[in-house]
Amino acid sequence: MPKLKIDNVEIEVAPGTSILQAAEMLGHEVPRFCFHDKLSVPANCRMCLVEVKPGPPKPQASCALSCADNMEVFTDSPMVKKARKGVMEMLLINHPLDCPICDQGGECDLQDQAVGFGFDRSRYYESKRAVKDKNLGPLIKTVMTRCIQCTRCVRFADEVAGTAELGMMNRGEESEIGTFIEKTITTELSGNLIDVCPVGALTSKPYAFQARPWELKKTETIDVHDAVGANIRVDARGNEVMRILPRLNEDVNEEWIDDRTRFAYDGLKRQRLDRPYIRDDKTGRLRPASWDEAFAAVTAKINKSKNVAAFAGPLADAESMVALKDLIGTNLECRTDGTQYDVSSRAGYLFNSTIAGIEEADAILLVGTNPRFEAAMVNARIHKTWRNRRTKIGVVGEQHNLTYPTTYIGSGPSSLEDLVKGKGAFADVLANAKKPIIIIGMGAFKRADGAAVQSLCRELAEKFNAGFNVLHTAASRVAALDIGFVSDKLNVEHMDVVYLLGVDDRETLDRIDPKAFVIYQGHHGDAGAMRADVILPGSAYTEKNGLYVNIEGRVQAAKQAVWAPGEAREDWKIIRALSGYLGRALPYDDLAQLRTRIVKQWSHFGQVDTIVPAEWKKFGGAGKVEAQPFTSPIDNFYITNVITRASLTMAKCAETAAENAARHLEAAE
Amino acid sequence: MKKPFDQNAPYQPATFAFKDMAVVAEIISRYPEGRQQSAVMPLLDLAQRQVGEEGAAATPPFGGWIPRAAMDEISNILSMPKVKVYEVATFYSMYNLAPVGKFLVQVCSTSPCWLCGSDKIKQACEKHLGIHTGETTKDGLFTVVEVECLGACVNAPMAQINDDFYEDLTAERTTEILKALASGKQVPIGPQNGRTNSMALGGPTTLKDRVKA
Ligand code: SF4
Ligand code: FES
Ligand code: FES
Repeated sequence: MPKLKIDNVEIEVAPGTSILQAAEMLGHEVPRFCFHDKLSVPANCRMCLVEVKPGPPKPQASCALSCADNMEVFTDSPMVKKARKGVMEMLLINHPLDCPICDQGGECDLQDQAVGFGFDRSRYYESKRAVKDKNLGPLIKTVMTRCIQCTRCVRFADEVAGTAELGMMNRGEESEIGTFIEKTITTELSGNLIDVCPVGALTSKPYAFQARPWELKKTETIDVHDAVGANIRVDARGNEVMRILPRLNEDVNEEWIDDRTRFAYDGLKRQRLDRPYIRDDKTGRLRPASWDEAFAAVTAKINKSKNVAAFAGPLADAESMVALKDLIGTNLECRTDGTQYDVSSRAGYLFNSTIAGIEEADAILLVGTNPRFEAAMVNARIHKTWRNRRTKIGVVGEQHNLTYPTTYIGSGPSSLEDLVKGKGAFADVLANAKKPIIIIGMGAFKRADGAAVQSLCRELAEKFNAGFNVLHTAASRVAALDIGFVSDKLNVEHMDVVYLLGVDDRETLDRIDPKAFVIYQGHHGDAGAMRADVILPGSAYTEKNGLYVNIEGRVQAAKQAVWAPGEAREDWKIIRALSGYLGRALPYDDLAQLRTRIVKQWSHFGQVDTIVPAEWKKFGGAGKVEAQPFTSPIDNFYITNVITRASLTMAKCAETAAENAARHLEAAE
Repeated sequence: MKKPFDQNAPYQPATFAFKDMAVVAEIISRYPEGRQQSAVMPLLDLAQRQVGEEGAAATPPFGGWIPRAAMDEISNILSMPKVKVYEVATFYSMYNLAPVGKFLVQVCSTSPCWLCGSDKIKQACEKHLGIHTGETTKDGLFTVVEVECLGACVNAPMAQINDDFYEDLTAERTTEILKALASGKQVPIGPQNGRTNSMALGGPTTLKDRVKA
C-alpha cells in the first residue's frame, strides 16, 4: 500500500490508485476533462497537472500517474497553477466561447474550469478553427467547434456501448470527432454521450434551448420503462418534465441510462387521460364524465357481477396493486404479456445473481432473450463483463447483434435439453466455469409450455451450479408477483367485469369477452382505454410516489416530480375512493398507512434499496416442452409501452433505427 | 492540411479486393497472436500501392490512393471496427484518400528547407505544371502538395516524388525533373548537385586520410 503526501497530508492508498483519485479522497478537487471514472485513461487533456516530487521538474498528469511510496504531491502550487492556466489558454484558443447560446452553460466543466484558470482576455489574434457539425441522429445535437478532443465520447462508444462508431479523425489542428462516413450512431445508450461530454459539443436535441439547469427542480426517482429500475433524476420546470438524467447507482445502472429512459418523457405530455370518461350506451362513444359519475357506473357493475377480474399492467406501482388486490380479492393477474411461468417460489422469477453480480460470471447462457432491447443496462453489464474477462456467452433463441461475441447453441428448448444432458461444446464451457449464470428472457416463457421451460432452466442451473436469472421487461412485475397478484387458472373469457390497471397488452385485451364491462385505470389513451367502458385517469411514474421492485428483487421508491394533468389522481387513491363507493372502504387513508399495511404482510417492502435474496426451492411446471423456437418479446426497442407510444422522440428514433437496419441489410447483400 | 475525401464521389469503387491474399496473410503473420490489428498500417499501404499500380497503366493515369471500400475491406480482414481504420488512414499524411496524380510531388516547406528557398521550388512546380498546390494536372500526371519536414534537411531544399527523395533542388533543376518524369525518363534520385549523400558541399572535411586516393 503506497503511502504518500498530497498537499502535505499523508494518505495511504490501494496500489494502482492514481494521484487524481487519491487527491479526491482527501477532498482536493483536481480539474479534469478526459478522465472519467468508468472509462480508460488516455491522459490527453492535461488539465489535471500536479507537481510531484521526486521526479522531473515539470508538472505531471495526475490521472495517469499511480501513487507510489514517499511521493510528495502538490495540487495547488504556483507551478501547478501556471501549468493549468497554460492548458486552459490553449483549450480556449479554438473554443467559440459561445456560452450564452450553449445548452451546457451552467453545468459545463470547461466553463467552471475557465473561472478558475482562465484569463479575462485572449492573446490569440489568428482566426479560430471551425468544425462541421455531425448528424448523429435524432437525440444528439452536435456543435463540434466546441469540442476539446477529450475523446470521452469515443471511449464511451467503444468501452461501454460496445458500438465503436465514433473516432478522432485527422490530426493536429484538423482533428475532429465523428463517424467519418456519414451515419447516425446505432447504440441504445447514445444519450450518455451528452453526459460524458464535458463541454457543449454533444448536447440533447429534444432539450435544445428548453431550459437552464438552475431553473429546474430536481427529483431523484427511478425509471419504469424496463424492469431494471434505473436510478434517474427528473428535472422539471413548473409542472413540466424538461429532461431525465441518470443517477449513480453502482449496483443497478452505474451512471448510465438508455435512450428510452432518457428521452421518452415527451410521451408524458401527449395522449394523456386527464379526466374520467364513460362509454355512452346510446352512441357507443366515450364521453367525459365526473369522478362521481364514473365511480357510480363502476359500482353499479361490480355490485351486480360475480365474476370480476383485475389485471395489473407493466407500469403499475406496488401500492396501487396492493389496494386493487385488497379490493377485488380474487381473479387477479399481472402476467398480462401472455407469459406463463410458475411463481410459487420467489427464486423462480427473480434475477438471483443480481445485476452487479453479472461481472463475476465466467460463462453466461442467454435463453430466449435479446437483453440489448429488453434491458439495455443489463446488456451493458454483460458487455462490460465480456470486455474485462472475455466471458463466454452462449445463446439459445434468436440471434442478435448484442455488442459482444456470442456462441449460437440453438433456437429452442431442445438445445436446453441437450445442455442438461451435458451434450454440446457449450455444456463443457458451463461445466468448467466457476460462476456460470443463465439469463432467461420473457421469450422463453411467452408460450404454452413456459412453465416447463422454466423447469428445464432450473435443472440446468442446478446441474451446472449456475445463477438462475429471469429478465422481466415490466417494471411492475416482480412487485406484483411478490404480493401475489396472480391466479392459477384465470378464464378471462368468462369474466363480465374486468378492471385494467394500466393494461394495454394485446395478449390480455384480445381475450376479454366482448360483452364484458371494462374499467381502465391509467394515464394514456391507448389500446386499453379504447376498449374501456369507464376510464379512471391515473398518474404516470413521474407524478406519484410509489414502490417498485426491480428484476433483482430490489425495492426502490419512485418520487413525485410533477402533478398529474387535469383531474387525474394518484392510482392508489382512486382505488381507495372507489372502495368507499362500493361500501367496503379500504383501511388506509394515506400513503404511509398503506405502506405500513404492505410491510406488515411482505416485510421486504420495508427495506428500500436493498435486495432480500430469495430462497432456492423447487419450482417450474411439469409437462413436455415443445419444439418451436424462442422469440424475443421486444422487436422495437424504442416503442414498448404507452409512454413511448405517445412520444414523438421515440417515434423518430424508431424510424432512424429502421433506416439503419435497412441500410445494414443492403450492405450485407 | 486536411486530406480531401468524398464518400459519395463517382470515383469511389463499390468494392475492393486485394490482388494477392498471400501477401496480406504474410503481413498479418508478422504480428504476434492477438495483435493482428497492428497490420492495419501496412495493409493500407498495400492497398494504396495496388491502386497505384492500376493507375500507372490507366489513361489518364493516376497515383496510389485508398478507396473507402479498401478501408472497409481491411476492417473486415482484421476484424476491427471500421472507424478505427478510418482514424489511422486520416491521421497519417502518407495515405491518400482521394485520387492523386501519377507523380505525387511533396515539396517540403519546413524551416530548414524554407530558409534554403523551398518557396522557389514550389513556385517552379506551380509555374511549370500550371496548377496550385493541392491540385492535380489535367493529364493526371502530377499532384503537388506541401508537406512538413521529411528528414532530409541537410540537403535542403528537397521534394519527395512518389517513393523517392530529390534533394539540393533549384528551381531550374525542379523543372527539369518534372519534364523528365513526364516524358517517362529516369532521373537520378538523391542530391541533384553532384554531392554524395549528405557530404559537405566543398568535399570531405574530416577523415580525409582514410579516403583512398
Ligand atoms: S465531443 Fe465532447 S466528449 Fe467527444 S471529444 Fe469532444 S469534448 Fe470530448
Ligand atoms: S484528466 Fe488527466 S490528462 Fe485529462
Ligand atoms: S525541413 Fe525539409 S526535409 Fe527537413
